[in-house]
Amino acid sequence: MPQGFRHRLAAGAAGLCAAALGALLIATPARAAGKGPIKIGVISEESAIVGQSISQGAQLAAADINAHGGVMGRKIEIITYDDHSSAADAVRAFQRAVEQDHVKAVVATFISEVALAIEPWAARLHMPTVTPAAASDLISKQVHDNYARFKYMFESWLPAPLLARAVCDSASELLVKPLHIKTVAIMSEDADWTKPLDAGYEACLPKVGLKVVDAIRFNPDTTDFTPIYNTLEAKHPDLVVTGIAHVGVQPTVQWAAQHVPFPLGGISAQATNPTFWKDTNGAANGVITQTGTVEGLAITPRTIPVANEFIKKYGHFPAFTGFTAYDSVEALAAAMNREHSTNPNKIVIGMEKTNMIGTLGRLAFYGRKSPYTHAARYGKHWIQSTFMQWQNGKQVCVWPTNICHGKLEFPKFIKLPKLAAK
Amino acid sequence: MLFLQILIDGFVISALYGLGAVGFTLMFGVCGVLNLAHGGIMVIAALIGWWVSVTWGVSPWGAALVGVLAGMVASYITYFVVIRPIQRSRVIPRAEEEIFVLTATLLWGIMLQVGLDYVFSNNPVTMRALIPGVADIDGVRTPWNELLIAALCWLAIGAVTLLVNRTRIGKQLLAASINPRGLTLLGFEMSRIYLIVWTVYGLLAGIAGVLLGTFLGASATNSGALTASAFTIVILGGLGSVPGSLIAAYVVGYAETITAYLVNPTLRPIPALVILIVVLYLRPQGLLGRR
Repeated sequence: MPQGFRHRLAAGAAGLCAAALGALLIATPARAAGKGPIKIGVISEESAIVGQSISQGAQLAAADINAHGGVMGRKIEIITYDDHSSAADAVRAFQRAVEQDHVKAVVATFISEVALAIEPWAARLHMPTVTPAAASDLISKQVHDNYARFKYMFESWLPAPLLARAVCDSASELLVKPLHIKTVAIMSEDADWTKPLDAGYEACLPKVGLKVVDAIRFNPDTTDFTPIYNTLEAKHPDLVVTGIAHVGVQPTVQWAAQHVPFPLGGISAQATNPTFWKDTNGAANGVITQTGTVEGLAITPRTIPVANEFIKKYGHFPAFTGFTAYDSVEALAAAMNREHSTNPNKIVIGMEKTNMIGTLGRLAFYGRKSPYTHAARYGKHWIQSTFMQWQNGKQVCVWPTNICHGKLEFPKFIKLPKLAAK
Repeated sequence: MLFLQILIDGFVISALYGLGAVGFTLMFGVCGVLNLAHGGIMVIAALIGWWVSVTWGVSPWGAALVGVLAGMVASYITYFVVIRPIQRSRVIPRAEEEIFVLTATLLWGIMLQVGLDYVFSNNPVTMRALIPGVADIDGVRTPWNELLIAALCWLAIGAVTLLVNRTRIGKQLLAASINPRGLTLLGFEMSRIYLIVWTVYGLLAGIAGVLLGTFLGASATNSGALTASAFTIVILGGLGSVPGSLIAAYVVGYAETITAYLVNPTLRPIPALVILIVVLYLRPQGLLGRR
């Protein structure tokens, strides 16, 4: 190698090192001073109403927090990423959020499979992450089983076994006693979140006096539900308890079109969308589902103001994920404020101390001893969820009965045991 | 009763599959175009039909008509914007035209899906039933709308069969599928024939999309599955063979229905794919395809 070239190479390398060092010296004090906004990444599917509500709810929370002085004097900035409900896209977005955009926390997804793909990355990159709707119990089980590694993951909505418990609690009050419903069939899509849900149903339904006569799981790509309804009808259930989120419109429309004679109740995530009535051309009439809240219902003093703000800003009532995403960002901001830090481990400590009045109830997370570590607490004094029924184009709240005063009404083709007895 | 249920459900779903596949196979048989944007065009018809119904309160039949027109417009756009420039290109070698068309329709299909996702969201929607009510056929409850769907599908398929076999235009289409060069030498303008095929295709895809929208519902994310379904049926029946596609539609429809009733709804698509693999292995040209 010629001497002159070697000198030039050495000089060039030294120059590059000096430039890099200079850049580091310039950049480090700016970051250390923390004058810029605190970034929170939001990953969801923008073309789904439930996913769109996540980013909108998070934006709304950030705007409210910023209007009240921000966090430690710094603004919150929401950076959104569209994952198209794909685990691969979500993981790429998560990596980009952490490594390129330097977010301090992430709010991500309503799909359990996607949340489970993100969870190891939250652990690996030490990134506090809240899922506002994914319900698989595996998410909190991993935190419980390997706390040191997975402690960065939180759920601001209920895990599937607790969702099942809410369905059983409401069914006991609404259906067993007043309507004499005695037998049920379970109809769930084949997905991660419905495995613990179905197990929960099978365990708790008999305890509230409902005999399970059949349980059908089907592919989430199913479009023709005729064989499923006919198979279920042969078992003569008084009610079909659902566990569906990837599907919703087709089973509802076919239930109404075919005059399937039993009520549909349980969890039908798409039925919580305010557009569901239009999507089904009114076939939703009579469908009962668990949800966060309905328009006009004040679960806490914060529910209606946030809903109104949402309507004012986006022109429609949010899907329940709009509320849970709002609460997620608020909980993260409160945790940062509480610990005076954006350090991930400090945020985790701050999140574990969460005990705040959210939009859907009092939000706190289960501790290390609970099997649902870092999932939202369930109960009368925490988040209980509500049950609504579609009645003539409106979502009518029917449970918990202390705050909901709607009465169940069913389409004419439904044959209830009580009516048959008459 | 179970037998009757399977018979009726299988018949309705197979008729819909058949209608969806007939246009697809006609397109390949005459124009040599394997249109991978097929599902997207069907979904456009269903979504536009649904949209006019909920936005302007148009009656179910009026919405269906608008949906069919939307399917035809989408078909013309596919032809004039995507296919014709490739067919007229002097840069693309004639021998490679088919692969260019195939790729173009694949990309166009993806664009349609993403565009529909953006405009309508990926929430599935259903159009209002063309006729309400439920029929009781020897104890089997079947919506009148489903029986109407089966009837309309066969009406459309019958009309296409008459068009192809009994009219002057149909004879030109048949000739074009057998020997397009000969037809050109006789003075027929191939671009006119292609335009007729794209019109018939748009009409069939539009009707299939609208009927699908009133029965099973539609969403942008269905596009790929609908194309795959039509593709499977057409390959099974034999590329370019209309009777083959109809037989294949019934094989697939009944295989799915029987599996859903007697085995498990989750396994519904499996037997049709197994049949496809076996047929391709034993008879690569499909049930009624030409070698």
